[in-house]
Amino acid sequence: MESVIDIEGLSLAYERDGQRTEVLADLDLTIQPGELVAIVGESGVGKSTLLRVLMGLAKPSGGRVRVATGDSRRPPVALVFQDARLLPWRRVISNVAFGLEWRGIPRMKRLERAKAMLRLVGLGNLAHRWPHQLSGGQRQRVSLARALAVDPEVLLMDEPFSALDSFTREALQDELQRIRAETGKTVLFVTHDIDEAVYLADRVIVLAGAPAGISALIEVPVAHPRRRHDPTLAATVRQLRTELSARSAEL
Amino acid sequence: MRTPQRLGLAAAGLALFLAIWEAAPRLGLVNPAFLPPPSVIPGAFWKEITSGIWFGAVLSSLSHYLIGLAAGVGCGVALGIASGMFRWFESATAWIVRVLRPIPGLAWVPFAIIWFGVQPSAAVFIIAIGVFWIVFFATQGAVRGVDRDLIEVAQAFGFRSSTARLVKILLPASTPGILVGVRTALGQAWMAVVAAEIFGVPGVGQRMMQASSLLATDIVVVYMLTMAGLYGLFDSAFVALQGWLLRWKA
Repeated sequence: MESVIDIEGLSLAYERDGQRTEVLADLDLTIQPGELVAIVGESGVGKSTLLRVLMGLAKPSGGRVRVATGDSRRPPVALVFQDARLLPWRRVISNVAFGLEWRGIPRMKRLERAKAMLRLVGLGNLAHRWPHQLSGGQRQRVSLARALAVDPEVLLMDEPFSALDSFTREALQDELQRIRAETGKTVLFVTHDIDEAVYLADRVIVLAGAPAGISALIEVPVAHPRRRHDPTLAATVRQLRTELSARSAEL
Repeated sequence: MRTPQRLGLAAAGLALFLAIWEAAPRLGLVNPAFLPPPSVIPGAFWKEITSGIWFGAVLSSLSHYLIGLAAGVGCGVALGIASGMFRWFESATAWIVRVLRPIPGLAWVPFAIIWFGVQPSAAVFIIAIGVFWIVFFATQGAVRGVDRDLIEVAQAFGFRSSTARLVKILLPASTPGILVGVRTALGQAWMAVVAAEIFGVPGVGQRMMQASSLLATDIVVVYMLTMAGLYGLFDSAFVALQGWLLRWKA
């Protein structure tokens, strides 16, 4: 099968006041269709920069980045931000339809699609609320629906559940599992929560160093749907923790 | 304090104010020609209405007010957006703004008369200038204050042109700030109406000047109250509109 994301020798540096800072160096990553890859790493290591490169908002200074575009009507990527970032002056449904507005899709079609996405994330009955009337978890669901609405090749998620309380977080993790099973979306998921990464991902990538590169790559050998207390998951978490502490000892 | 008590007190205060006002000329404390007692105002008002002068003056003032307000708000919003959105525009206009901004609207009266004559357009010009700066700075500030994060949302979903950024994010996000400026302008424009008409353009201001030169102070008061009433009407209508436009706010 052809890969959806192909990154080869990616490096990125920016210059400020004549000082060159290298953020990413010689990064290779291939993601297959339908995979969920989690990227973990300390804050500031360059995880968000990598997402910005994939969105075309940051220019790499070296290497090749290829994101599949299945057909011209679908964008390659769509992002779920850490804070939901809904537009407060739009009702929920019109927030979800936001990304469809430049594709020349008629209004009725857009709203229909948005409605379907809201049902998918379990908020079909809140379509006409204002964002400020929603809880944090509901807002993040709307943000997820907004990204799914444009039907991207890859769904990018930037620490999407880290601002939520632990009950809501677990509910949304399960929700994401279910949605992936229903839609078969490819997902690139940035987090600093190792348990979350292992629970959700097919592969976990550890980003470390300055400039950052992939310092470890671990496959999670458990089929979906997963149970939260699966012993193999717990073992993988331990393995990843050992790996991480070994790396930080090296540095 | 509970609401009925507050209302009672407010009514009592107004009644006391009117009583003192009525008493002062009647007891001979002031010359009634300089301060007409409030009891003569309804009669004067009725005379102004039945003679048709009131409607004529109010209508022509209203047309100056609305056109001047629209022109000033329109230019203020447009240039405020340009200046808030584009650094180069802000830099290019920085010194022009610094020179023109401190000039009071009334200082433009000589030029208004030279350019437009003693015509409604002169009044419109004075009103528009009086309103322009308030709206300009409110808009510029509001546009510049828009959350970067929201602009990033637009970029993330493929809206990268400045037009798309303006329509999808900047304009709706800065509406609350712009409306605050427009509401201030609503009041400022009334002041400008009187000022602009005092030099002879037909309207409420001109009628007040006529009346005062004949010492018809009761008529002056009629128009003072007329302006207070009209302003109250416009302001309440605007607050209602503002509430509806900003119904998305928490």
